[in-house]
Amino acid sequence: MGFLWDNHTVILDAFGEGLILSGWAALFALVVGTLLAVMRVSPVPPLRWAGTAYVSVLRNTPLVLCFMVFTSAIPHLGFTAEPLTWAIWALSAYTAAFVCEAVRAGIKSVPRGQAEAARAIGMTFGQSMRLVILPQALRAAVPPLGNTMIAMWKNSTVAAGFGVAEGAGALHDLLNDHADKIWTLFIGIAVGYMVVVFAISAVFRLIERTWRYA
Amino acid sequence: MTLPAAAPDDRAAAPAAPAGTPQPLVVLSGVNKHYGDLHVLRDIDLTVHKGEVVVLLGPSGSGKSTLCRTVNRLETIDGGTITIDGVPLPEEGRALARLRSEVGMVFQSFNLFAHKTALENVVLAQVKVRKRSKEEAHAKARALLERVGLAAHAGKYPAQLSGGQQQRVAIARALAMEPKLMLFDEPTSALDPETVSEVLDVIRALAADGMTMIVVTHEMGFARSAADRVVFMADGVLVEESAPEDFFTAPSSERARDFLAKVLHH
Repeated sequence: MGFLWDNHTVILDAFGEGLILSGWAALFALVVGTLLAVMRVSPVPPLRWAGTAYVSVLRNTPLVLCFMVFTSAIPHLGFTAEPLTWAIWALSAYTAAFVCEAVRAGIKSVPRGQAEAARAIGMTFGQSMRLVILPQALRAAVPPLGNTMIAMWKNSTVAAGFGVAEGAGALHDLLNDHADKIWTLFIGIAVGYMVVVFAISAVFRLIERTWRYA
Repeated sequence: MTLPAAAPDDRAAAPAAPAGTPQPLVVLSGVNKHYGDLHVLRDIDLTVHKGEVVVLLGPSGSGKSTLCRTVNRLETIDGGTITIDGVPLPEEGRALARLRSEVGMVFQSFNLFAHKTALENVVLAQVKVRKRSKEEAHAKARALLERVGLAAHAGKYPAQLSGGQQQRVAIARALAMEPKLMLFDEPTSALDPETVSEVLDVIRALAADGMTMIVVTHEMGFARSAADRVVFMADGVLVEESAPEDFFTAPSSERARDFLAKVLHH
């Protein structure tokens, strides 16, 4: 414990970096993923195709490849940014595909009659989505979205390999200097990840409770 | 839009009865629809006049619900034309949404917005579709809930209401848009027997107020007492239409006699 305490600023900074990465990625992934889900159920075929294509590519390729595209391929085209920025892009882009599928499952769980009633009363597709379908679909999607966010938090460790000094990266650096403390470090860092996962779970349980309607 | 596009002029002229008679509001002519190989609507011609209550009767699978749903294009058609107030049904988009906002629809399964209270259900489209102010919409919603006898339940969610109560909220929701036509697609078929009458009473009162309505139902008593005209369908064909008294006492088709024998004697 003493060893972890001696290095607590390094470790906490690293987790802070990881939380910044995951926080932004969660925001972008939830927004983009929801839009993708709406595209996939829209009456406009090109939008449906685009949504499906996006999900097929991003969900079926490894996260590391996605990171490489953002940290190597795109900078190669002349764009520059901090490693953290690229990591946020990569993690958001990847996670959005999974958010899309969770939200789409939520949309499918809303009874057909809800959309029919919305259309019958004169709502456009956009209005019926925004006012009737999504509010119910997102409630249904909360538990799977919690899973997606937990997976994303753990996936954020991939960023360590691409120049972002997050938790797993700190573990790696500290191990280089203190190979004898391997178990202490493993356990310490693992507990750090778990604490964040518990926090994510708690937040989603809270959302689930407060969003419930009769 | 393929088959009988011929001679729409004749059709438009045909129902032009003597001056001063009711004006046609909904005109279906030569309407056809298929589900794959199944021909669910066969050359349907039907005119509903302003203020008229038309009840669609027929065995299950006769196409009466489908017909009802074509009128606001929840079901598309393969051939023929449907006009409301002389205007052909728009294919899609905002024009169709606008038309639907003027045609109230009540479903068998109520379809109240599950995440909204009774009051919010009646308010929502007034504000979002009709662009009324919140105050105006709330006042109207409260008045309508009062009218269907549910003022005390305004704050409840659909799941907290009985089927009959949900259906009355659904009627209020449709009326809030001040529709020129109401479609009822088996409004009491999903209700407990003892709550059927509370819904039928509301529909009857609406008919008495002069609302134009198309009602698909299995409630023969309601058809007999509330309809201006009974339309009997079987196998996608409009078999006969007549005044309710004539239909129930002396149906002219074999198919209708058969149907009535089954539903009236059990």
